[in-house]
Amino acid sequence: MFITDYIKDVFGAMKSLGTGLKRTLYYFTHHKEIITQQYPDNRATLVLPDRFKGEVVMPHDEKNEHRCTGCTACELACPNGTIKVVTKFDITPEGKKKKAIDKLVYHLELCTMCNLCIVACPSDAIKMAQTFEHSVFDRSQLTKVLNKPGSKIMEGVE
Amino acid sequence: MFEEVAKTAEGDLVINVGPQHPATHGVLHLLITLNGETIKKVEPHLGYIHRSIEKMCESLTYRQFIYVTSRMDYLSAHINNHACALCVEKGMQIEVPDRAKVIRVLMDELTRIASHELWWGAMAMDLGAFTPFFHAFRERETINDIMEETCGARLTMNYMVPGGVMQDLHPDFQRRVKEFLVLYKRKIHEYDEMVTGNIIFQNRMKGVGYISPEDVISYGVTGPAARGSGVSSDIRKLYPYEIYDKLQFDEVLETAGDSFARYLVRLREMDQSIRIVEQLIDNIPEGDFQAKTKAVLKLPKGEFYTRVETARGELGVYIVSEGGTTPYRIKFRSPGFSNLSALDHMVRGGKLGDLVASMGTLDLVIPDIDR
Repeated sequence: MFITDYIKDVFGAMKSLGTGLKRTLYYFTHHKEIITQQYPDNRATLVLPDRFKGEVVMPHDEKNEHRCTGCTACELACPNGTIKVVTKFDITPEGKKKKAIDKLVYHLELCTMCNLCIVACPSDAIKMAQTFEHSVFDRSQLTKVLNKPGSKIMEGVE
Repeated sequence: MFEEVAKTAEGDLVINVGPQHPATHGVLHLLITLNGETIKKVEPHLGYIHRSIEKMCESLTYRQFIYVTSRMDYLSAHINNHACALCVEKGMQIEVPDRAKVIRVLMDELTRIASHELWWGAMAMDLGAFTPFFHAFRERETINDIMEETCGARLTMNYMVPGGVMQDLHPDFQRRVKEFLVLYKRKIHEYDEMVTGNIIFQNRMKGVGYISPEDVISYGVTGPAARGSGVSSDIRKLYPYEIYDKLQFDEVLETAGDSFARYLVRLREMDQSIRIVEQLIDNIPEGDFQAKTKAVLKLPKGEFYTRVETARGELGVYIVSEGGTTPYRIKFRSPGFSNLSALDHMVRGGKLGDLVASMGTLDLVIPDIDR
């Protein structure tokens, strides 16, 4: 009896190994099932979803105007101190002083892409960009100023 | 692997496994006392990836602290965020809209499937099979793409906020999930073909790492590791949160208590998660995805505790509030820590090679243990 059980075990084992190997061989011969993406080579065709959280950017229109009022809601919402809003006072044509941003400093190296600043912004001035290749040679390049030089606040945004 | 070989007074070998070792999935350091090849004692040394998350949370507001918890058990990030959001909602008595509840449960279950998929691949790789890892990642990748589309990130989503979810579902979400369900049903039998039925795998798993139901309770083991010994411990069934009491699903129980039982529990739990997703995916109610909350959240003075079922077991969030905008103290009861404490009991008297099989079925995530 022992011998028959032993032989059964051996053949059962061979069968189970064969079942697994059949699956491996199936993929070996069916190249259409391969889903690997050739990443650095497919950069030109690579499309990321529009909600992907890559980095914070401030969109500017063609007149070099942005929507940021300098209310510091994003700075308060940020858990890591990633955003620093530096404000200044502009003189309006009527001669009044008006608060505006001088610089919106963004530390990419501290950012965890938690999206809280985007949600907090009342005037939709900042959004997430779909970039993800953030490596640079020097960490000082990761500190960015989001508003472009010479940019102004858009008309009608309070 | 062997950083230091020392001998005790009785002539037993003391060896280090980790903190940098492929079988430990992270920086887990095990100090093992060996008599020949038999394990006499396993002593886990923790703290290599301690980031003081609980202390960090004390300086963050109730909206901000949720993102840190994604970094605890990074494979069930949604469920961690969910537990924290639930605790804040309990304290502030925020009523969550139905749509947000359904979205949260859907995301939780997709996360659970993704987590178990990764565990299955890594488990097989620990035991020397390399191909299953790629097969598991193929399905997991689909879930990651769904998450990326709706939440904007693949691993640390920060999608659950107090009062609901951060963004509404992506218009393509339902179509993508249905595609995933078709793919999953077409591929899941391969898992059994390649690994479960394999005779080498079964011989290495059966009878290894036995733990009795009494020991499961006394060590505080939860999740699939406890259900493998026949201890009912599914928080979704025992203390239902969100809409789990209205859903049809079974708590998977095995009674053998060995590594193979724990393996089967996880594998069959994926099918139950698929059942939940199938029930909900066509029945997402219309409405708001987020309740109207105040700009600054302040919990009333007191102590609040909620618990949820993550992919690894019971996660408890305990908040002590002094009435301010930041918590006075936060404590996370993480499943990995308690499960790891039972490892010594499981493998004592066994062989060194069986350690990997037992450790793999506990599904340890080291950042979850250290926090």
